[in-house]
Parts: sequence; structure tokens; C-alpha cells
Amino acid sequence: MLFTSLPFIVFIAVLFVVYYAFVPHKERWVLLLIASLAFYWFADPRYLIFIGVTALTAYVFAIITENYNAKRKAYLKANKEYFDSESKKKYKNKTTRVTRLLMLAALLINLGILAVTKYTNFVIDTMNSWRTEPLSFVNIIVPMGISFYTFQTVSYSIDICRGTIKAQRNFFKFLLFVSFFPQLVQGPISRYEDLSQTLYEPKRYGFRHVSYGFLRILWGYFKKLVVADRLVIALKALTESPDEYKGAYVFVVMMLYAAQLYCDFTGGIDITIGIAQMLGITVKENFNLPYFSKNIKEYWNRWHITMGTWFTDYIFYPLSVSPNMLKLSKWSRQHLGNAVGKRVTVYISCFAVWLATGIWHGAAWHFVVWGLMNFVVIMASQELEPLYAKFHGKFALKNKPGYAVFEIVRTFLLMSSLKLFDCYRDVGLTFKMFGSMFYTFNVGKLFNGSLLELGLTGGDYLVSGIAIVIVFLVSLYKYIKNKDFRDYLYEKYPLFVLSGVLLLIATLVFGAYGQGFDASQFIYNQF
Amino acid sequence: MSKEDGKLTIREVLFPLLTLAAIFITVAALWFLQRLLVPKYQRGVVEGSMIEEYYDSEEPHEVLFLGDCEVYENISTVALYRDYGISSYIRGSAQQLTWQSYYLLEDTLRYETPDVVVFSVLALKYGEPQSESYNRMTLDGMEWSLSKWNAIEASMTEDENMIDYIFPFLRYHSRWSELTATDFEHVFDKDRVTINGYYMRTDVLPEGPFPDPMPLADYTLPETSMEYLSRIVDLCRENDIELVLIKAPTLYPHWYDQWDEQVRDFAAANNVPYINYIYLRDQIDLDMSVDTYDAGLHLNLSGAEKFADYIGQYLVDNYDLTDYREVPEVAQMWQDDILFYDELRDAQNAELMQYGELRSWGANAIEN
Repeated sequence: MLFTSLPFIVFIAVLFVVYYAFVPHKERWVLLLIASLAFYWFADPRYLIFIGVTALTAYVFAIITENYNAKRKAYLKANKEYFDSESKKKYKNKTTRVTRLLMLAALLINLGILAVTKYTNFVIDTMNSWRTEPLSFVNIIVPMGISFYTFQTVSYSIDICRGTIKAQRNFFKFLLFVSFFPQLVQGPISRYEDLSQTLYEPKRYGFRHVSYGFLRILWGYFKKLVVADRLVIALKALTESPDEYKGAYVFVVMMLYAAQLYCDFTGGIDITIGIAQMLGITVKENFNLPYFSKNIKEYWNRWHITMGTWFTDYIFYPLSVSPNMLKLSKWSRQHLGNAVGKRVTVYISCFAVWLATGIWHGAAWHFVVWGLMNFVVIMASQELEPLYAKFHGKFALKNKPGYAVFEIVRTFLLMSSLKLFDCYRDVGLTFKMFGSMFYTFNVGKLFNGSLLELGLTGGDYLVSGIAIVIVFLVSLYKYIKNKDFRDYLYEKYPLFVLSGVLLLIATLVFGAYGQGFDASQFIYNQF
Repeated sequence: MSKEDGKLTIREVLFPLLTLAAIFITVAALWFLQRLLVPKYQRGVVEGSMIEEYYDSEEPHEVLFLGDCEVYENISTVALYRDYGISSYIRGSAQQLTWQSYYLLEDTLRYETPDVVVFSVLALKYGEPQSESYNRMTLDGMEWSLSKWNAIEASMTEDENMIDYIFPFLRYHSRWSELTATDFEHVFDKDRVTINGYYMRTDVLPEGPFPDPMPLADYTLPETSMEYLSRIVDLCRENDIELVLIKAPTLYPHWYDQWDEQVRDFAAANNVPYINYIYLRDQIDLDMSVDTYDAGLHLNLSGAEKFADYIGQYLVDNYDLTDYREVPEVAQMWQDDILFYDELRDAQNAELMQYGELRSWGANAIEN
């Protein structure tokens, strides 16, 4: 069920009514579990096996780990007179080793399922590029949302091992955490400690959270259907004929894709968070005005936040402080000097994070290169920081009006350029097309009506343009006031209601859905 | 009011009330937008208006014609009345499929029971739904009933959904960019485009040579359409209605002899008359150099009146039909139809005189 499909909308409406009208508030999580499994069942009943195995693995290993830890702790407490500090340390180390082994076993199984289902054909494809006798691809199903729920279980297993969370003893409650349907499609990647706070709590109907959630859903559909699904038509035409559309057209692709991806992804997240909110559940925000970032680091703190923090917490930090890395750091400081030595471990950890980010996004080389290009750009900007400092020392631009705008536009253009890898889906072609912006001078062609041959009419561009301006203004309000626009509207409730009515009508009239439009999946569905 | 005394606050009362008002406004706005956005079929392609016009027709109909353009363009209902006193109606639309005719018959029986049903057999060649736009033109005009539901179910192509028929807004929302003055003019009411289902054209384009018929791999008429034909036979029998099968006298699209033979066999087996008027063009006195407006595909007014005259004679000879010219209240109703018919004819002739072609009807009148 696509978020934009009628069955999904009916599914949500029925769930909402049953949830608040017929199910006691303490048992509402049970209905959510049934709904989540039903959602998965509708997509493909076989997916249930995969998600079930993943959940069971994480659940069982968490219980074993916690029981083992509790026993060891109790033993240590009961026999503390027999332990001196040395033997106590040894005992604790052994405990840690065992719990780590248990965690690794859980990770191996769950990441193994992810690797096999999602990356087998990618490996075969890569191998075929140097084999004379190509291997045939395997017919393997990729369960919906496998990257998202696997990452959730991985973080759960690691947190259990670290002892930062308590294991969920009720398997069905845990299964709900893994399979909670609104976020199954395209995230965010929730942590157990966050989601569990509201997921199992008795949920009472609240007018405010229901109306907030509903408005957020409408806002999501507006972005997705009015902007993203309309622009995708022109984007397809532009990127499917790269020989015809180079030079200035590549810049158009950059701009359109930046708007399309943002509205697609944030629209989906708005729907997810809105549905959860209507059901009385708090899901973490995944975006915080990314296109207002002044540098790339800030951008990645604002875009796909839950993925970024996941990689930071579960790859970057553990790798940076791992014994081998510390040894390497020490060695490089001694042999390469302090300046280089301190960078080595950071660079390696960062490289690993961006490699993983690229691979996580998709089983294709252009994603890998996209990830590594992010790494290169981030490292380069970090290395150039002293130069910037010198520059700003000489020219006092930083506090000048307009400089912040320059920084925002610069970051936006840089990140939009990197997104071209996702548009052309071919590394060589992406570089070629990017280059063509600088040697093919055909700006005039943009104004000879050629943009109207991409499947969109002047009216379509106008509607998309107005919608993008609305999205921008709402974002600008949040950026300036540091406050959700819905809060402002709710204070003046008639405006809140009017916004809902207008959003609904605008989406229904101007949305790119139904006959004549090829309903496109949310881009992040594929992850 | 405050929470402390257990009473509701103004906000708690006002907000849900405002929300309810918003729901009402939204529904009203969507209803209006739906009326605005659905195609009106008032100029150029008018076939989408034909089916719904039946519900405004007040007179009783003893003869009901079912079929596609071979009936609604070829038989003048006014000529039938003027010459024979036959009160008839044509429930036909563009490329109306056999099962659509069946469900339209079912639908008609909700309002009246004709004495004779005349079914045009050309659509028997289609065993599958053909196109969404033709489906729409036939089905959107039907009033909601189980018959309409079943007609939609039977007619939908792969890309169509029932929900788009229930809420046509969902299908036509993207027409916002192609709205014309006609859409705004006819939000709440539509002009008549037929006279009891007959679509008039007075222009002339002589019959031209047709392409040679393509040989077919299989000449068997599709099972689905033949099954629905059987259901039409059964439904007529259940309601004491006489059924007549006809093939209109036009030569294109080609009506293969093999199809003709199958229909003939079916008619004989079911004891139903079948008349192929292709063989009776001379008796009808059709002169296809002046009796067609589109090179022989359909008859113009002159041809439709001749054909009505011929088929009317057959009907009065073979069935016990009322001469409604003798029934004052029905005759009065027909006077309005005749007036409209004459005005339409005069208007078309005036345009022909002025421009040499029709500009307010047919292809020249299509707005987008």
C-alpha cells in the first residue's frame, strides 16, 4: 500500500476510528501491532517472515544478554568478598566479552539478512563487470523497509549490549517497535528508547494532537502530490535523454530534483509523523530545514537526522574509540606528526560512515560514489577551515547582511550537485553531465518552450512554483521564529481550520495523482 | 468557564464546532469543484451527455433503442413520432458495449417497461472493455443503482477504479488547467444535446470508398458479448418485451458475413427477429451521396428520417403500438421535442448556409 493510494487512506481512516472508538486505551498498542502486520501482509505476506525473524533474533538475544548480565551481576554481588579489584575487572571483562559476542551474533543474523536480500545482486553485478562468464542474478525478494527496521533492531541490540536500555520482555510489544507501520515505509529510524516512551503507553484521544497530526498529514500529501509527483515527470524526461538535455538543463535537473526529493522525502515523513501523532505516538523528527544550512556539516545534521545520528552513534564513535583505532592514532601521531596523526582516525571513521551511508542508500555504485563524494567534500571543507578563517580575518564579511544567504545558497548548490548521482544513476554520466554545465552554453534553449515538452504544462510549472513558494515560506517562518507554523495557526484556530481546508482542497485538485499521472512511490520506499 | 469547575472551556466547545464547520465547507467546496471539473459534453463531443438526458424525458416510451452510434445517429425519434405516433427513446452512447446496453435496459426498467426493444448488433464484436473515455461517456450519465455498479464493474479497463466513478472528482481533478467557458456555464445545468436520444447532424459529406475489410484470425463473436445478448433476450422475456435485433444500413465499420451468420443463427435459435438493413438500403431509399454527414459512417438528418420511416413501418406492422399522436398529454410532451428538433435543424442549416460547414456542432466545436 503506497501512502498515496486509496487503500492506504481507507486503512488509516478505519484504523483511526476503531482505535479511538472501540479499543480500550490500554490495549491500543495491540491494535497497532495488528495494523502493522496487516500493512505488511498487504504488501507481501512473505515479508512477515523476514521481519519476524529479524525481530525474534533481536528479541531473543536481548533477553539472553540481559539475563546473563543480571546473573553475573547477582553472582558478583553475592560473592563480592571473594573478588579483589583485579579479579573483579577480569570477571567484568569476561561478561563484556560474552555480551559482545551475543550482540555480534544478533547483528550477524540481522545484517546478514539485509546483506543477502539487498546486496546479493549488487555483488553479482559488480563481479560480472570483470568476469568473462557472467553470473546470473538471483531472484530474491527485498522486504519493504528492510533497511529501516534492520537498523532499528541493530541499534536495539547494541544499546542492550551497552546496557543503556532495558530489554522489552513482551515479544509482541517488541515486534510492534520493529514493525510500527507508518515508519516502516521510509523511516525515520527510531531508537527503542525514544519510540517506546509513547508506543506502549495508554493513549487517550486528544483534540490537539489529533488535529495537529491531521494537518501534518495534509501538509505531507500536499508536498508529495502537488510538488514531488508533478516534478518527477519532467525529471524523468530530462534524465532519460542526457544527450539531448545537457548544459543548462543539468542545472534545471539540479533545481528540480532538490525540490522534488525534499518534498517527496519530507512529505513522506510528515505523513508518518502525522499518523503517529494522531495515534498519540511521538516519532522523532527527521528533518530540520536542511536547505537553510550554512555548511555541509550542518546540512547533514538537518537532513535525514535519524540516519545521521545512527551512523554517528553506531559506526563513527565506536570505530573512533576502538582499541585498534586508538593504537593507530598513537602510532600515527608518533610517526606522522601531531597534525596528521590526530586526523587519521577521524578520517578513517568518517570514511567508513560515508561508505556505509552510500551503501545503505542503495545497492549501486552511484550511491557508493555519492557517499564518498560527501566524505570528500566534508573533509575538504574541514581542511580549508584555516583558510576560511584567514579570509574572514581579512575581510569582515561574516556579519554582513547577505553573507548568511550566500552561505545557504552555496551549501544548497553544493548538495544539489551531489544529488545528481541519484538523478543520473551512473557515475561516469553524472560527472559528464555536471561538466556539461560549464562547457555547453545553451541557456537560451530553456526559454524556447523546450521545458514544455517534458510532460508538464505551463500550468503545472506554475502550480509547482506556487507550492514551492508556500513550502519555502512555511520553512522560513520556522527558521526565523524557531517555532512550528502549526503552533502559530493553532493560536488562531480559525486559521488552523482554514489551512486544513485549503490544503486538502489544493491537494485534491492540484495533486498529480490518478489517471494521467503515474503514481510514483516515495523515493525512500526502496530503502 | 474553566476546567476546575468541570465545565468545558470556550475553546473546547468552539474548536470542534469550527472543525465541523470546516468539514461541511470542505464537502460543499468539493461538491462544487466536482461539478465544475467533470467534462460537460456540451460542445463538440456531446456523447457523454446522452445517457443522462433519459432521466429528464417525461413521455412514456413504447420502443427503446439500445446500441452505439448506429442507433443514436441513424434513427430520428421525431420522425418515428411524426410519421407513426411511435413514442421512442434511444439509450445509446459512443461505442456502447453490449453489457452496457444490457445494464441500461435494466436501468430503464426501473422507470418504465417498453413494448419493444431494438438492439443494434454492431457492438457484439467487442468482448473486452475498450477505452476509458468511452466508458465514461456511457456510465457517468447513469443514475446510481445496482445496474450502474454492475455496468461499471463489467466495463472497467485495467487502469480504472470504481472509486473514480463514485467520486468523478478524483478522475477529473486535473482538468483545472483545461476548463473552458462551457464548464463554468454548465456547472449546475446542461443543455439538451439529443431529441429522445437522437443526435442530429444536417451537414452532408457523401459516402466515400472504404478500406478493404481486414481478414480476421477468428470470426467468432466474443463469448462475453454473446452472453450479454442472451441476458438481454432473457430480460426482455421476463418483462414481456419484444426484442428486435438490427444492423444499421451503414457499411463502415465493416460487418463481416461470418458475424452476420452468427447473429442470424442466434436470432433463429432464440426466436427473435434480426434485420440487417445493409441489404435494404435501396428499400429505405438511402442515397448515400446526400444522406450521410461523414462519408458514410453515420446518417445525417435526411438519412435518419428515411431510416426511421422504414423501421417505423416495420414496428407498426409487427407490434401493437400506441399512436401517441392521439394521446393529448403525450402529444403535448412531444410538441416540445418537435419544437426543439425543428429549431436545432434550422440552426444547423443556417450555419451551413453561412459557413458551408457546421461550426457549433461536431469536430469544429471541440473546445480543447
